[in-house]
Amino acid sequence: MSHHIVEVKDLRHVYPDGTEALRGVSFRITHGESVAIIGANGAGKSTLLLHLNGCLVPTEGAVRVGDFPVTRSTLPEIRRAVGMVFQDPDDQLFLPTVREDVAFGPLNLGLPPDEVERRVEDALERVGAAHLVDRPPYHLSGGEKRRVAIATVLSMEPSILVLDEPTSGLDPHARRRLMGLLGEFHHTKIFTSHDLDMVLDLCERTIVLHEGMVKADGPTRDIFLDDRLLADCRLERPLSMQGCPICGTKK
Amino acid sequence: MATIDGTSLDFRLLDRLSEGHSAIHRLDPRAKVLATLFFLVSVVSFGKYEVSALFPFFLYPAALIALADLPALFLVRKTALVLPFAAVIGIFNPLLDSRILLHVGPLAISGGWISCASIIVRAALTVSAAFILVSVTGFPSICAALERLGMPRTFAVQLLFLYRYIFVLIEEGKRMSLARELRTFGGRGPGMKHFGSLVGHLLLRTWERAERIHRAMLARGFTGEFHPRRPCRFGAWETLYLLGWSALFLLFRLENIPRILGTLVAGVLE
Repeated sequence: MSHHIVEVKDLRHVYPDGTEALRGVSFRITHGESVAIIGANGAGKSTLLLHLNGCLVPTEGAVRVGDFPVTRSTLPEIRRAVGMVFQDPDDQLFLPTVREDVAFGPLNLGLPPDEVERRVEDALERVGAAHLVDRPPYHLSGGEKRRVAIATVLSMEPSILVLDEPTSGLDPHARRRLMGLLGEFHHTKIFTSHDLDMVLDLCERTIVLHEGMVKADGPTRDIFLDDRLLADCRLERPLSMQGCPICGTKK
Repeated sequence: MATIDGTSLDFRLLDRLSEGHSAIHRLDPRAKVLATLFFLVSVVSFGKYEVSALFPFFLYPAALIALADLPALFLVRKTALVLPFAAVIGIFNPLLDSRILLHVGPLAISGGWISCASIIVRAALTVSAAFILVSVTGFPSICAALERLGMPRTFAVQLLFLYRYIFVLIEEGKRMSLARELRTFGGRGPGMKHFGSLVGHLLLRTWERAERIHRAMLARGFTGEFHPRRPCRFGAWETLYLLGWSALFLLFRLENIPRILGTLVAGVLE
């Protein structure tokens, strides 16, 4: 199914203040892949993500999602196909109740009320937040907010899920739960994260960004075994691949 | 003293109260908004020397607190916090208006004192009515009601966003003010100069957040149109509620009930 493909070609982006955030990025993500985009602060991860659903327009190069190039005229199709969960759930949840927030996307798609209702229930059920449906989002805990934010996107039934730092700011239990949840999704998934253990658990493929360029692109395990590459890109092995601090053995 | 922390807690409590399930909570918000509006107009429309005729109006907040099972003490405290502002408005009246209007035994009371008292009583009535409206309806429903009653949607949406993000803004303000406080060691620090940049930062952050929110909205297919969903109907109960209160307010407004009662009691005693 070609509409689950994301293709980025020679993407360059220069911000109005002259900062060159992306300097020729290319990759192709196919149906059902789970891909992590990692890199140091300022490597261009967030800028790249914002191109995937047309929030930013490339200075040069092109982005294709499924059968459509990302342009102004295809934005509605693109945004229907790409569900983007932003880093701060407070930015994503802006309506008075969880129900309305989850219904916001489907209503914008012009779906009939019964269908909207069904999707709201489904999406909240899938993230384990059905009991929060009538609560105002600002009274939720961090983990609850994050799961509801994901539901607001799932309710549009996108074919590709894009998540910016999904586990940041969560306590270990909430993080574990969220990872379990994300593992169950069979969408094409694209994450950015500094949580390298999560990347190791959830993504079979990793793209390393460094100073606006793709420094490496390959199987996650291979990339995390390349200490030289990781050090060059101001990264390190996930904790689970480092030596044990108690018995002192190295993996 | 009122702190940022306390204010945000109070906001949250008001918000929680509106999740109640009493008969009053279940009424269509339009009925409650209109009844409150009618109440406000009746109270405000009295002449400036009127005090006694205002007292029957306390029946309205008292009745709603009882019917909707609201924490009376909390609401009284909240209202009391606002009264000093009303007092400041009325405080010069006794100086400006020294015409004697009333003699209580040997004590002569000037028009200024009476109008000052009138202002404070009205403030107590109107502010408590507003708090009660929010705690039995909830701010979002009030916005929806206003929209259905003809307020342009843009304003309704603005109000909703204001309410939604006031919590976030308060949190941010709180963190910044704490960060400043911890490094001034109880002193006042460089004072106003830094305060300006603190407020400026808050504005910039708000701006950035607005951009991020807009992005998140666009990502979910927002095209500038909001789709209201809450089904609500203005039925018999709502009509009864609105007509009942309006008739009562009209009666209170046109007849000075305490004076009539006084005359009656005096008549019986004679």
